[in-house]
Amino acid sequence: MSKVEQIFANHKAFVGFVVAGDPSLDATVDNILALAAGGADLIEIGIPFSDPVADGPVIAAADKRALDRQVTTDDVFAVIRRVREQSDVPLVFLTYANLVYQVGYQEFCRRCAELNVAGMIIPDLPYEEQDELLVVTQEFDLDLIQLVAPTSKARIKKIAQRATGFIYVVSSMGTTGTRDNFQTDLRAVTDEIRQYTDTPVAIGFGIHTPEQAYAMSQVADGVIVGSQIVELIDKAGEQAPAQLTAYVREMKRAITE
Amino acid sequence: MTTNGKFGGYGGQFVPETLMQELHEIETTYLKLREDPKFQRELHDLLDNYANRPSLLYHAQHMKEKLGGAQIYFKREDLNHTGAHKINNVLGQALVARYMGKRKLIAETGAGQHGVATATVAALLGMDCEIYMGKEDTERQRLNVFRMELLGAQVHAVTNGSMVLKDAVNAAMQAWVADVTDAFYVLGSAVGPHPFPMMVRDFQSVISIEAKQQILEATGKLPDAVVACVGGGSNAIGSFASFLDDETVQLIGCEAAGKGVHTQQQAATITNGTDGIFHGMKSKFLQNPAGQIDEVYSISAGLDYPGIGPEHAALSQSGRAQYVPITDDEAVQAFEFIARTEGIIAAIESSHAVAYVEKLAPTMRSDQTIICTLSGRGDKDVAAIARYKGVKIDE
Repeated sequence: MSKVEQIFANHKAFVGFVVAGDPSLDATVDNILALAAGGADLIEIGIPFSDPVADGPVIAAADKRALDRQVTTDDVFAVIRRVREQSDVPLVFLTYANLVYQVGYQEFCRRCAELNVAGMIIPDLPYEEQDELLVVTQEFDLDLIQLVAPTSKARIKKIAQRATGFIYVVSSMGTTGTRDNFQTDLRAVTDEIRQYTDTPVAIGFGIHTPEQAYAMSQVADGVIVGSQIVELIDKAGEQAPAQLTAYVREMKRAITE
Repeated sequence: MTTNGKFGGYGGQFVPETLMQELHEIETTYLKLREDPKFQRELHDLLDNYANRPSLLYHAQHMKEKLGGAQIYFKREDLNHTGAHKINNVLGQALVARYMGKRKLIAETGAGQHGVATATVAALLGMDCEIYMGKEDTERQRLNVFRMELLGAQVHAVTNGSMVLKDAVNAAMQAWVADVTDAFYVLGSAVGPHPFPMMVRDFQSVISIEAKQQILEATGKLPDAVVACVGGGSNAIGSFASFLDDETVQLIGCEAAGKGVHTQQQAATITNGTDGIFHGMKSKFLQNPAGQIDEVYSISAGLDYPGIGPEHAALSQSGRAQYVPITDDEAVQAFEFIARTEGIIAAIESSHAVAYVEKLAPTMRSDQTIICTLSGRGDKDVAAIARYKGVKIDE
């Protein structure tokens, strides 16, 4: 069982997301620690990209704010190093294929392993394009998190059979961002995944309220919240860490009820 | 030729999982239709009777007199319906979309020619149409925006990033992800995830299939060089396609050097780009060392794209084709030269290729020939040229 899988072993997991460098590298360290203090089981660290096509306006704007401050992949690794001085909260990266490709798959994975980053989510690296990176993640005992979309249909079996860590189920079509309704029959999707694997399943894209989180936790092993956290950080300014801790506590309560 | 969507080490399908099933369905449908005589008849009927094919291969004797050297032939894609090569590809993809039962066409556009072509074909086939265009480009190309609206399309001005072609592609891809069941993304260049680069190449290869036959009829031999402008590279790959195996034919792509390849304001992807993964493909991109995609520039809205089609990246790597940078100044000079010498107002994109012909022809013998593709007509660029020259006109 990988490090990430252990997180889901005994309870429903809350997965949070921040864009590294938004609004600053210092604030990102504080915000990650605040999410951990609230009880986040796993935190996705977004390495900002110039053209985040899988993301909606909230995360795209955060990426831009970070890049306007010249945040680089090296800076993001430095942030993780600072977090690791104070916390062993499980972390994974979320970023786009080009940023990992430019560092080099071997070097990127080596640095993840060194900083105890458990794996990575790369939305524009689907099953068919993973072979080159997968060899390296396996070498370093990292999880390359698989995504399943409402359109995955006949692809679910092969994706599930490759999955380690957890499976990221995309709740609905389109980009990331908060939503009020979910059209997809998520129970059917998670049931199908479970026919093929014991790897835990977490649902993301659009979740922001405790009620939604509760509903999702009834069909999945965890919930992922991105845009809502990024927006909270943007609006709360210096109050962000306190508000993040409170928000995660509330969401955790909702899913462990 | 493509194997699993790869051209050498380039190409592939680097897109969100949400799109993968759809890409497989498009590929399967297209591969079947490609061999289907009924589909081919329908496509060729539209190409001949709606798009005005075959386009002329015009022998530019005045230009030859002025430049000396090689015989120059222009492949006149500017004479197609809607004024550019774009219609060839749009007719093909829109028919594929209709076979797949789609109701709506989504497209990105830079200069507006692909948007106009898509809006035109959507009107013809009775489909809905949404066009994504960088806000900057909607201002540079107001007439084309109005044209698309007249044709019944909804034009979305994209305000992200530098508000040009790259951002329009991002927005169109996002709109497609949200609406993938109903909509078909008509990609305008030989870029993006497989099967688009292959499909666009196939639909544009009509340019070189015709040109080859026409030059053989006119001169009895193959051309010595084929020259075409390259942004994403659809007209260039179409111009090269049927000559790829004819190794005596030199293939030359002309990319936008903007204010010079040593400045930040350029879009010369092969000259200055590095390998990367973006917009669904592995190819060459203008990017910083960390992998952030550059904002690029060209006087031509159609060429300011930070990447290039994967087949071009492979052709450059293998040495089968050469790619040369042409500056704004050179393109504007060529725009005026071909207008005054041959009475043709060519697109500013195409003028990049003409500029290289001006350099190449005098180095060749008069029994040698160059085919240069005029990818589109320059009506849309007249105001931009006036601005460049500081001339005030009413648009």
